[in-house]
Amino acid sequence: MAENSTLLEVQDLKEYFDINTGFFRSRPLKAVDGVSFTIRRGETLGLVGESGCGKTTVGRTVLHLYKPTGGKVIYDGKEISGKESLREFRRKATMVFQDPYSSLNPRMTVSDIVAEPLDVHKLYKTKKERNDRVLELLKYVGLNSEHASRYAHEFSGGQRQRIGIARALAVNPEFIVCDEPVSALDVSIQAQVINMFEDLQEKLKLTYLFIAHDLLVVRHISNRIAVMYLGKMVELADAEEIYHHPLHPYSRSLLSAVPLPDPKKARENKRIVLSGDIPSPLNAPSGCPFRTRCPHATEQCAGSMPAFDEVEKGHFVACHRIREIG
Amino acid sequence: MTSVNLRKDEAETPRAGNGVPLLAVRDLHTSFFTDAGEVKAVDGVSFTLERGKVLGIVGESGSGKSVTAYSIMQILAPTGKIVSGSIRFNGQELVGLDEKAMRKVRGNRISIIFQDPMTSLNPTYTIGHQLEEAIVLHTNRDGKEAKARALEMLKLVNVNEPAKRLKQYPYELSGGMRQRVMIAMALACEPDILIADEPTTALDVTIQAQILELMQDLQKQLGIAIIMITHDLGVIAQLCDEVIVMYAGSVCERGTADAIFYEPAHEYTKGLIRSIPRDENNGQRLEPITGTPIDLLNMPAGCPFAPRCDHALKVCLTRRAEEMWVGEDHIARCWNYVREQAEKGIATLEGGGIDG
Repeated sequence: MAENSTLLEVQDLKEYFDINTGFFRSRPLKAVDGVSFTIRRGETLGLVGESGCGKTTVGRTVLHLYKPTGGKVIYDGKEISGKESLREFRRKATMVFQDPYSSLNPRMTVSDIVAEPLDVHKLYKTKKERNDRVLELLKYVGLNSEHASRYAHEFSGGQRQRIGIARALAVNPEFIVCDEPVSALDVSIQAQVINMFEDLQEKLKLTYLFIAHDLLVVRHISNRIAVMYLGKMVELADAEEIYHHPLHPYSRSLLSAVPLPDPKKARENKRIVLSGDIPSPLNAPSGCPFRTRCPHATEQCAGSMPAFDEVEKGHFVACHRIREIG
Repeated sequence: MTSVNLRKDEAETPRAGNGVPLLAVRDLHTSFFTDAGEVKAVDGVSFTLERGKVLGIVGESGSGKSVTAYSIMQILAPTGKIVSGSIRFNGQELVGLDEKAMRKVRGNRISIIFQDPMTSLNPTYTIGHQLEEAIVLHTNRDGKEAKARALEMLKLVNVNEPAKRLKQYPYELSGGMRQRVMIAMALACEPDILIADEPTTALDVTIQAQILELMQDLQKQLGIAIIMITHDLGVIAQLCDEVIVMYAGSVCERGTADAIFYEPAHEYTKGLIRSIPRDENNGQRLEPITGTPIDLLNMPAGCPFAPRCDHALKVCLTRRAEEMWVGEDHIARCWNYVREQAEKGIATLEGGGIDG
């Protein structure tokens, strides 16, 4: 199997939303502003950042749930454009949502929820075939036939998330966007679901874009991690590399802010506490978006957005001052 | 079964320190009476809090950690009731206190901040108005003095441009800023205890770091005691001197932060620590706690954690272990600990036996 081949390539992706700012006036909110990355077949790319940084929008725009304002999404060598390619793409790429409560229709039984993608894509011939597939999918996620005829409200958060995952697996996808899939779960259940993601990846040869704000979870599950800030990608590298040697000033403070579940390390940890709050994406600063909170910012940073350069092999950073502060 | 180190009586009495502890909770039982039956949200919780210490209460949803705090403040929902137990603040019994007397304690001597600073602030009044109201209500200050105090409080919690903030409405502030305002309001009357109920859960990581840092500074500066309620073991490790681990309404284990993280004695605590991603298990599979969270309406007879415990013994299913000392200032309720000690005890028996 071609382990290192690129499965998904995203080039200069942009997603702007029009926000009404007055009578007949609107301004674009640049939720994602020129993001490029690739995902290799079989890997997990973690995408982290704080609320409002655009990580969820990246996930949704990649899947064309939002029509991209600009940029390209190339899947398996083919650019996604037009209805035909999109329909084909959606049979290979699916999504697991954060909130296991609002993402399942309360009026549908579990079996109908899981089979809905099969219905949409007409992936079965007989009723029996549909039922068998539903049971197979439920088995993948650790549920059984007895659960199939029940409704979503009868399940706990962890079980609901399993149903959501079964639905995402229905079309036999190759690529899944996981948008904060464990954030709403209790710690003890989180680990069950994380393990399930890992098992399914191995068994079904899946590729994940794993979006989350919990850096310890992302580090655990990801091969590589990308960090976003205010619609831009500021750093991308191997998970361990970025965890131990973050280069961008934002990644550094983000990682140092993670409360480590270990009292001794927590005492030793030298936090880089950032001053101020994240600016509104409607009033994003000129140049580098991080410059208003960056301790190293200079005039140059206000002038232009730094390029997303490969400073070490496989380690991309967007920072003007990377040479000086490195 | 012979008990090893099982000295329940001592667990019941306040430890060390002479005199009266700042807060002593003894065998607290709080229930919610619902149509489906009685939900024992807090089922026998005991702990003491000393002046100037940070106590962490960690547990998952439904473990009773918030209800414990609400019981102390007596701000339970109408269906909730303290069934039995004692809460002594500076020696004064709070359970059974009438509302008028309770008001002198609540918000005054003991304050609370909540998870969501947006819903805790009134959207129709300015920050200044709300801060001043709290100050006038709880202290002898009049309007003008209250205004000055409000400004002083905002400065204390490092809100930038405090004078401007006083005139602003909650929606104009960011989440982190709102939580600072809540802390300012809670501290305005110089309470002895600040209860923080998941104060940073709704905040981003870098903002969380700011708020935790602020709480640490204020705690040192003002010498207040903090009860930190959270599900996040990272926050616990960072902030707390002592930790209580709760499951299904009762305390599984309590000890210093180091004891809880490095020498956990209860199987639930061990499971919790094993299940979170850390340096130690990086690159390995996580070891989750199996099963689903407990249904408080259908509590098992013995240890509530037994149905999910990989090491459950027969006795766990029928009888709950009492609180026992497992180390200095370290208490757990787990038969497995007894078993381990007994096994070790047998091993050392030849050397001199075990003490009773």
